[in-house]
Amino acid sequence: MAKELIRLVNCQMAFDDEIVLDSINLYINDKEFLTLLGPSGCGKTTTLRIIGGFLQPTSGDVLFDGERINDVPPHRRKVNTVFQKYALFPHLDVYDNIAFGLRIAKLPEDEVDRRVTEMLGIVSLKGFEDRKISSLSGGQQQRVAIARALVNRPKVLLLDEPLGALDLRLRKDMQNELKRIQQAMGITFIYVTHDQEEALSMSDTIVVMDKGKIQQIGRPEDIYNEPKNAFVADFIGESNILDGIMRADRLVEFFGRKFVCVDSGFEKDEPVDVVIRPEDIDIVAPDAGHLCGTVTSVTFKGVHYDTIVDFKGFKWLIQTTDFCPEGSVIGIRLNPEDIHIMHKSEYSGMFGDYSSYSAEYDEIADPEYTEEEDDSESREEERNEE
Amino acid sequence: MRSKLLAAPYLLWMALFAIIPLCVVLYFAFTDFYTGAFTLANIIKLADYLPIFAKSVWLALISSVICLIIGYPVAYYIAGRSPLWQRLLYMLVMLPMCMSFLLRTMAWVAMLEDTGIINSVVKAIGLQPLPLIRNDAAVILGMVYNYLPYMIMPLYTVIMKIDRSLIEAAQDLGCNSSQVFRGVILPLSLPGIISGFTMVFVPAISTFYISQKLGSPGTTLIGDVIESQFKTAYNPNLGAALSLGLMVIVFICVAIMNRFSTDDDEGGVVTL
Amino acid sequence: MKRFNFVFTVIVMLFLYIPMIVLGVASFNAGTDIAVFKGFTLENYSELFVDKTLIPLLLNSLILAVLSSLIATVLGTMASMGIHSMGRRMRSLTMGMTNIPLTNPEIVTGVSMGLLFAFIGIILKTQNVLGFTTLLIAHVTFNLPYVILSVMPKLTQMDPNLEEAALDLGCTPRQAFFKVVLHEILPGIISGALMAFTMSLDDFVISYFVYGPSFRTLPLEIYSMVKKPLQPKIYALFTLLFISILLVMCVMNLLQARDEKRGHNLTHKRRRNV
Repeated sequence: MAKELIRLVNCQMAFDDEIVLDSINLYINDKEFLTLLGPSGCGKTTTLRIIGGFLQPTSGDVLFDGERINDVPPHRRKVNTVFQKYALFPHLDVYDNIAFGLRIAKLPEDEVDRRVTEMLGIVSLKGFEDRKISSLSGGQQQRVAIARALVNRPKVLLLDEPLGALDLRLRKDMQNELKRIQQAMGITFIYVTHDQEEALSMSDTIVVMDKGKIQQIGRPEDIYNEPKNAFVADFIGESNILDGIMRADRLVEFFGRKFVCVDSGFEKDEPVDVVIRPEDIDIVAPDAGHLCGTVTSVTFKGVHYDTIVDFKGFKWLIQTTDFCPEGSVIGIRLNPEDIHIMHKSEYSGMFGDYSSYSAEYDEIADPEYTEEEDDSESREEERNEE
Repeated sequence: MRSKLLAAPYLLWMALFAIIPLCVVLYFAFTDFYTGAFTLANIIKLADYLPIFAKSVWLALISSVICLIIGYPVAYYIAGRSPLWQRLLYMLVMLPMCMSFLLRTMAWVAMLEDTGIINSVVKAIGLQPLPLIRNDAAVILGMVYNYLPYMIMPLYTVIMKIDRSLIEAAQDLGCNSSQVFRGVILPLSLPGIISGFTMVFVPAISTFYISQKLGSPGTTLIGDVIESQFKTAYNPNLGAALSLGLMVIVFICVAIMNRFSTDDDEGGVVTL
Repeated sequence: MKRFNFVFTVIVMLFLYIPMIVLGVASFNAGTDIAVFKGFTLENYSELFVDKTLIPLLLNSLILAVLSSLIATVLGTMASMGIHSMGRRMRSLTMGMTNIPLTNPEIVTGVSMGLLFAFIGIILKTQNVLGFTTLLIAHVTFNLPYVILSVMPKLTQMDPNLEEAALDLGCTPRQAFFKVVLHEILPGIISGALMAFTMSLDDFVISYFVYGPSFRTLPLEIYSMVKKPLQPKIYALFTLLFISILLVMCVMNLLQARDEKRGHNLTHKRRRNV
């Protein structure tokens, strides 16, 4: 594996006695695409700003190439940032924005010109040199922001929800573009987002965060298939989460029935959370299944139907291409590899019940969810209320 | 970040030349002119000036109310123009404030005097000269004239910021235009009213030039008394006590007015 | 209703400008009584230019206004940067202090500073504390809040990431200020400086309590003329000042209109993309 580049050791951050980051331990490898993923206020932006040097952790160390850089100001760090709302300089044109860092570093003007031109090619903005920032579209501004950061050849590029302000289609295009640029330039990307799809499709490593703590670190597949707790299971994709009891290795009991699973290493009779992904459930005839329930609602989602099924009062979400009308009685089969067992955690019982299912999915149905919220957490200190 | 320190010279300056002077006022107000010993005599003497204090508050209040009544339609009208006209009209309101208020008040004297411009016209028509000057009305006129822009500016700023869609929403919900005004526009412009009222009231209650030029001995205001303590009667300790009294009155009035508004007085920010 | 407001506004504008017109007309008056027009003349203007008292006093006022607004602008801009990076509690405390000279009646500010200087005089055992320095100190003090109040909103409106982006791209904090932040808040600084300048140029009340015989300004002179009839050349001076301030304001407005147009486009674009 590649060598380690950045390490956070026991990083803690508090604003006015409110703990925003709680003992973060994290290492980031060279040339890695690492994503900090979590809901608003989880501390992901704060973590990014600590690495960028805009915040100093209340306690703990930040190491870069093995050296402690807590006290190194941002302008002396070999990292560059792409800000959420781009933060392009409105008084400079596209060319001067990109050349800004190089000119500060006092590079000869012909070198500046060479590198800016090269960069404009990489972000496909040739011919936009003299355009005013205000005349660019969101996607173009985004590219300028990326070019302005990358032209300095940083060892690490920090991206703070860089696609948050773009519409869906543009966002998908830019995801591919970012991944392509990262691979072409061979540098480390640290990417902050609350969009799990974005994280799954782009990252080498995902760090799931909530309430200022790291919940899980792993490859996208591992995070999705082997979530560590109910929070991760629910935040990444959709999950049915049930209470179960581990009767023996590879044998779990829930709904009064014993199921064979593939997990082991739990204590005998340990209460656990059982995760069943909605797309893993097979629908069969009522008499041929492990469990039997009644369909209470069906929503067409394009590639599949979201089907809510009532099993003894507990509602499951099943994603299936087979249409089962409301009111019909169906059976389901669970294969051992479809059942994932997790230890109980503080999140147990909070997620995974679809009794109050809304077709909009939970992110948007969450009344506290706002797109800008993440700012407030990190910038509380400098914020202006006047 | 570390740039907090940039405010240090300013804080030092304000401590030296804004806070300490107020402490000095306190010191003078509570000491004797000759001996420098602690005394309450100056404060007790304030009682003699109660009628003058009352008169000042009264005239300033009337002026503020008149400014509000005159200023609101003007601010409302300006806020409804195109951006170019808004700029122009706002500038026209601001402009008189940049000119010497002494001379502008003198111009009013020239107009209102018994032998002044208006009375010349009156006489030419063959009527008796009117008593236009050296009365309460003339002083109020001077105050309204001088401080009207202070009322219009914050009102305009606040009215301009009212979201058009709120008015449309009110109309959509069935309000007629006077209901829209009373139900939406007026409550939303309250911060501007408060700050405009304060901005007129404070200079009006403490003026001395206007009352000297346009008033009579009967319209002596608290400002005149303070001025005379420093410039003619030379009793700075009584002057300090009177200033203290004035400050307290202003403080109470501003506090009462701020109770009406829950907002920060954003509209009070003067912009050129 | 609209029609009423229009007519009303015109009347109020007339009301505001009546004294200006009176003074303007008086500046061309051949007679000395402002109330009686004795025929058109330019003599007042020609007299003004050879005058030995008014012009030096005007220069005094200008020197004081330029110096005090300059000092206030530099100190105030620095302070705004500092206040901007303060925590909420510190900030409201500081802004509270900023509001003292604004909410206090002018006469109280003047009296308090006059007493402070008198106090210093007593301590230093001198009679001649009052002079240019005391006037300058007083003017800077009442100018500072105006600068801060016009710079602060620009700072709060500014995207905080802009400064960070500059630091991120290798600027020292000083470079970040001069290369990026300054461009963003310049309109606020200019309007603050201009406001301070006009306030200082026209100030009478506060100056009245802190001036000494060694240095006098034009408003102080005009006030002292109360007893004798005003010389008509004052009206000429007033008219010239009025015209020059009118011009400055027009230029300011044009600049600001251009600036706002730019800003408007920008916010428009951003909003569309969110």
